[in-house]
Amino acid sequence: MGDALDARVLQDQLAALAAAAGIHRWDLGAACSSDSSVQVDRGEAKQLKAAQRSAVTVRVWNRDDRIGITSTSDLSEAGLARALEGAHAASAFGNPEETPAFSPLAKAPLPALVQPRHEPIGILPLLATLRDAEADLLGRHPAIGTVPYNGLAERSSERLYLNSEGACRQQSLTTASLYLYARAEETGRKPRSSGAVRLAYGAADLDVAGCVAEAADRTIAHLDYAPIPTGHYTCVFSPEAFLDLIGAFSSLFNARSVLDGISLSTRESLGASLAVPFLSIADNGLHPANIGAASFDGEGTPTAPLTLLEGGILRNFLHSEATARAFGTLPTGHAGMGAKVSVSPDWFAIGATPGSSGGAQGLHRFAASPAGRDRPSGGGGEGLVVIDSLSALHAGVKASQGSFSLPFDGWWIRNGEQRSIEAATVAGDIRTVLQSLLGFEGEAKITPSGLCPWVWVEELAVTGEA
Amino acid sequence: MEFFLERTDSLAVLAEQELITSVSPALGMGAGIRVFRGERDGFVSTNDLSDRGLARALEQALAMLGLELGSRAVASPFEGLPALRDHARGKDSWLARCPGLADTTGKLLEGNGLVARHGRHLQARRASYARSWQEVLVVASDGTHARDIRLHQTVGLSLIAADGDHRASLSRRFGTTDNPDDLRHWDCDTAARDLGSSAEAMLYADYVEAGQLPVVLANRFGGVIFHEACGHLLETTQVERGTTPFAEKVGELIAHAAVTAIDEGLTGGAFGSLAMDDEGMEPQRSVLIENGVLRRFLSDRAGELRTGHARTGSGRRQSHAFAAASRMRNTYIAPGPHSPEELIGSIEHGLYCKTMGGGSVGPTGQFNFSVEEGYRIENGRLAGPVKGATLIGEAREVMPRISMCANDLDLAAGFCGSVSGSIYVTVGQPHIKVDSITVGGR
Repeated sequence: MGDALDARVLQDQLAALAAAAGIHRWDLGAACSSDSSVQVDRGEAKQLKAAQRSAVTVRVWNRDDRIGITSTSDLSEAGLARALEGAHAASAFGNPEETPAFSPLAKAPLPALVQPRHEPIGILPLLATLRDAEADLLGRHPAIGTVPYNGLAERSSERLYLNSEGACRQQSLTTASLYLYARAEETGRKPRSSGAVRLAYGAADLDVAGCVAEAADRTIAHLDYAPIPTGHYTCVFSPEAFLDLIGAFSSLFNARSVLDGISLSTRESLGASLAVPFLSIADNGLHPANIGAASFDGEGTPTAPLTLLEGGILRNFLHSEATARAFGTLPTGHAGMGAKVSVSPDWFAIGATPGSSGGAQGLHRFAASPAGRDRPSGGGGEGLVVIDSLSALHAGVKASQGSFSLPFDGWWIRNGEQRSIEAATVAGDIRTVLQSLLGFEGEAKITPSGLCPWVWVEELAVTGEA
Repeated sequence: MEFFLERTDSLAVLAEQELITSVSPALGMGAGIRVFRGERDGFVSTNDLSDRGLARALEQALAMLGLELGSRAVASPFEGLPALRDHARGKDSWLARCPGLADTTGKLLEGNGLVARHGRHLQARRASYARSWQEVLVVASDGTHARDIRLHQTVGLSLIAADGDHRASLSRRFGTTDNPDDLRHWDCDTAARDLGSSAEAMLYADYVEAGQLPVVLANRFGGVIFHEACGHLLETTQVERGTTPFAEKVGELIAHAAVTAIDEGLTGGAFGSLAMDDEGMEPQRSVLIENGVLRRFLSDRAGELRTGHARTGSGRRQSHAFAAASRMRNTYIAPGPHSPEELIGSIEHGLYCKTMGGGSVGPTGQFNFSVEEGYRIENGRLAGPVKGATLIGEAREVMPRISMCANDLDLAAGFCGSVSGSIYVTVGQPHIKVDSITVGGR
């Protein structure tokens, strides 16, 4: 465990330093953490790591009500004094047209989160667990030769928010994570790779067996591959892939991006139809499956669920204090901390709008055709493309243009038979995708980044090597 | 055993339209302690540089390997540190010589104003600057005792243009190392003019035709293809993981005979240059591929220990919080005998990639990168602009298809994220021709 943050000491120190510098308005965000992690390579410990981190960000408002900021890893009184001095100097260059203020919700009650704390099990037990998991995965198929990307980690962390008007937020948390990405290769064939991730509040609670099984299944499923002809296909996105795609275009829902002119949405988009009438998207950082949920954001605003899209209609934007003020609403708990405050989503919940048709019924990728529709969908014609995972979102998404062109791992299903695709990209426009959803397959699945069922989308461009 | 200590002083400034909207200074310090026992290592990082904090970190690192202070395995005779190799000499004034906030904000606003002057249909304009000053001290039980001061500065312009349903977003970024006056000398007029010209072309561009096409990649940032397709696979971290197809190929032909590729940390002012790596070793010039033949891998301390490839001064890390790993520095394909026009003229129907976006490579060696500004090639000449292209491929297949290199080598600053964090690198190449590659599009 790392040294805990002492909110009272920090508050007293900063108040005294600020008073001495003639600063009357300030706030502070701080975080510290202690991590241990292991990696293995074919039964041997590869690297054992531990880290103690601490960071403080101080913001001050000067006499002209302009804001300045400085971050430091030095939590000593001298370190805080330097940070305060730096923030005060930076405030001379603060934006006079948009100054963040304290969140009106910085003292509102916080949600009660059920986040059991676990004592760390220690690095050697972590190593033993990961060795066993790797051995289990290597034994699942003769083609799996290595697990080149693997890691088991446990973390204890603490964060707080304080301001000069007496707001005091504090949260402590323990989390653990496991990832296993296997590499399989058969003679004369290209190597294939896939994997799985699990999160929990403690290492002992991690679903290690489930992670091994999923990593093995996904890797083995891609061994028998073939090229796919370039063309337009009905695509079925896995929950993880669709969540990744929506996350990459989350500026659609981001008030900061709207005000900056870099979103496809505008102020007038609220109430407009962005998607098919059966699609709902909410941001729900408080969902019990969101391991490591924050109870407050960088401005001290409580985390809360927020409907973004309901029945295909854009209902709300994600807000910080400053953007909420500009829109005449309240902050939503999605702010960072800065001279210019960033806004970002927590955890998406995607599915059918309650009371709607939910789109085409009975969708099943191996069925001849979805009930109520007479178009081919896996039973004939060009077949279906199943998108298991998307890659290179940082490079292949143009969020401000709406376009994407992304490599993916997936399968081509024709006549009820599934075959892994050798190498391909999928391309389209997010606005068209949202208006071209055919429906959902199966129940929503919980993933580390959100909740989503399999999503069917009409006619996307797939470029293959055939 | 190795100690890495650092002190950092960073600044990020953002201008949007006619306003400075963010000024973010950051101060940092920390230590990374790495202990090797055989081929295993334990690594602990901490922000707590007090005696107690460092002792705790050291004990933790030793305990990971079943060691403790005073144990026989640790008790090698300590005879004091050798003389300091001080690469920081003459650099102590660098931080003070960097432009202050008034100069910095003024230059960014000037840049944004020039974008407005040279661009049309502009919806958003941004100019940004980042400065990273880092002082490092590396001390290791092999006698390493070295200090350095590094200074990296980047400045960039970006815009979003919109006209009805047509939209284009483009950016330009420049970076240098060890030059405090860099921002003052930045030619923002040329940068803004170039950006405006590209935006005008791309705003009404058609989507690229997908398929297998011959491609010409421009010089400078076109070098990202070698970085992603091959460079990462020549790092010993990939040999350790078993994720490079080239592990046993030294001395063999792995690329077209037209390709010679180099990685070095020596070019003055280049973004990936360094006086010493993050393990205290002075950088070398490493010829990776010579006329298509694989010559060597990039190696760090752990890489040498685990794979036998000699260190190349390539042990790099983002900060004290990461253990060093073998990473690229300034990496480029050497110039060839052709003119860029000859490359384009050799293609009947293909794609010209003028500027690239980011890219990545996966554990199977399959790489990808996006094309920010592209043009069709028809009958040996450049035709209309196209957007939305992503190039994908696999190193073993693509390297033999780089069949022509032009004579106009140029370098570009970039960032590379990998196992030891995000580091400053240079990519580069002359114009090159790839005979066939998968172009993803609509």
